[in-house]
Amino acid sequence: MSVSARIVTRVGSFTLDASITCAPGETVALLGPNGAGKSTVLRTIAGLQSLSAGCITVGDTVVDDPAAGVFVPAERRRVGVVFQDYALFPHMTVRENVEFGPRSTGLPVTAARHWLEVLGVAHLADRRPPQLSGGQSQRVALARALATEPHLLLMDEPLAALDAATRMEVRGHLRHHLAEYRQGTLLVTHDPLDALVLADRIVVLEDGRVTQEGTTAQVAAQPRTDYLAALLGVTLLRGRATGGVVACEGGGRLVVSDTTVSEEVIALVRPQAISLHRERPEGSARNTWHTTVTGLEVQGDQVRVSLAGPPPLVAAVTPAAVADLGITLGAEVWASLKATDISVHPA
Amino acid sequence: MTSTTAEPRRRQAPAPGVVLVLAIVALAFLGLPLIGLLLAAPWGQMTELLTTPAALEALRLSLVTSILAAALAVVLGLPLAWLIARREFPGRNIVRGLVLIPLVLPPVVGGVTLLTAFGRRGLVGQYLFDWFGIQLPFSTAGVVLAEAFVAMPFLVITVEGALRSIDPRFEEAARTLGAKPSRVLLRVTAPLIAPSLVAGALLAWARALGEFGATITFAGNFPGVTQTLPLAVYSALEVSREEAIALSVVLLGISFAVLVSLRGRFLGGRG
Repeated sequence: MSVSARIVTRVGSFTLDASITCAPGETVALLGPNGAGKSTVLRTIAGLQSLSAGCITVGDTVVDDPAAGVFVPAERRRVGVVFQDYALFPHMTVRENVEFGPRSTGLPVTAARHWLEVLGVAHLADRRPPQLSGGQSQRVALARALATEPHLLLMDEPLAALDAATRMEVRGHLRHHLAEYRQGTLLVTHDPLDALVLADRIVVLEDGRVTQEGTTAQVAAQPRTDYLAALLGVTLLRGRATGGVVACEGGGRLVVSDTTVSEEVIALVRPQAISLHRERPEGSARNTWHTTVTGLEVQGDQVRVSLAGPPPLVAAVTPAAVADLGITLGAEVWASLKATDISVHPA
Repeated sequence: MTSTTAEPRRRQAPAPGVVLVLAIVALAFLGLPLIGLLLAAPWGQMTELLTTPAALEALRLSLVTSILAAALAVVLGLPLAWLIARREFPGRNIVRGLVLIPLVLPPVVGGVTLLTAFGRRGLVGQYLFDWFGIQLPFSTAGVVLAEAFVAMPFLVITVEGALRSIDPRFEEAARTLGAKPSRVLLRVTAPLIAPSLVAGALLAWARALGEFGATITFAGNFPGVTQTLPLAVYSALEVSREEAIALSVVLLGISFAVLVSLRGRFLGGRG
């Protein structure tokens, strides 16, 4: 286990009480609104703040356990942190930034060179942080954190400081780079898209409590709180894109409007974007298919209708529509989905 | 627009008449004495007046003691500033107030307090004398002490402000990278506050150079031992007005040079 933690802190009237685990090789997103306590979780695991109660274990070592009087300070925890605005040392070059960790801990600086190469920033080694773009800074910060060979990597809003275009690009690369690093990664974000694209598992934190936890696809498809439902409730499909068509893993093809992305992608479909019909619909929707209803679930003022596929999708319709169309378990329906309603992200 | 670098001058409302008049009076009040000094300066005999053994001795003593005092202020003031800026402890606000006292205390009173502490019968001074035979009052070391006493607040305030203004995440990042506290301080904190440290040290040095009241009270006015430039000016006034003015011009020049070198900080210029 990279990290296993039960974190309890009290600041004024705010109590944070959350349990979080992250296995080696796993990327876990801690998703929640601002003020939910996400940063506190990150700071306690990094050793920058101590627990009121609970216990944090990094690798095989207990690093914070107030009941047992154990507290290992940040510099001895071997937990790498990528800060939100990267916090690159402005008075050092990129190389000095990345070598700072190995030099502090007595590790060989070859690790620094390795990560500069792997993250494609070796050619920037002599520059200073103010001369870097947002995407470059992000990679240097990641290289700096990984050069200390941490047992766990923490990322605080890794994409929040980037503009929209860079964000898309970095998000794609980041998933790839995190796979190179074999320990666990815990990333904190308030952006569901970051969580969906980057993480294997999502832990939802609201008002100091874990309100939902599960694989990315589960949480995406079945958000259990109002906060999440407003953000998510999307179906997440992995597949390969070629020329504006995504061939989904597990069958089915979706025509999408974005023809620029290719290779491995994640397609997100909002249930509200799918229309259901009794007869084959005529119209401009680029995706139309015949399928079977495999589930019905009332959620608020909507009914979520699970469709067999392929690809398997969820449609959200009004109760009136369910009655009009005679939708029951096992019923056969036509579904349609506009290409522009599918968002596609490099995976 | 023909030029892209020079911004067009913003149109601004004229200053109210009363403000303008009072501001000009204030400027004249500050500026006239300086102009008076420069006009009264015996430019023709400047070299002679400043190369007398007494003047040279005072200049040498002033430079040596003020540099030592500034160094003392840095060595002792830096850790104090760090403590006040970075650690919560009971009485922190009282400590911060104490640091400021030499700024508002009349320097003569400062000298008296130094006598009660480090004088031969003083709180600490009696042991220094009885055990080690060290006598600080009326010695060159005493001058350094008096100057450091009035100069240290400038360093502490400047550095403390800088420590508070740097993003704490740089230090936190260094710690998560495995740096021990001493390495964080040396490799991250110190470089980040370096400009302020230089500014604080320069201000402290300038204040030490101009120190008069505490010095004359605690260390006396002995040529070659404790008679620094300001004390020499005071003594010269009784015998030779010209010499006093010449020495004053030197002090004015030094003060001006310090301000110019700190231009970016205090005169609003940005490089």
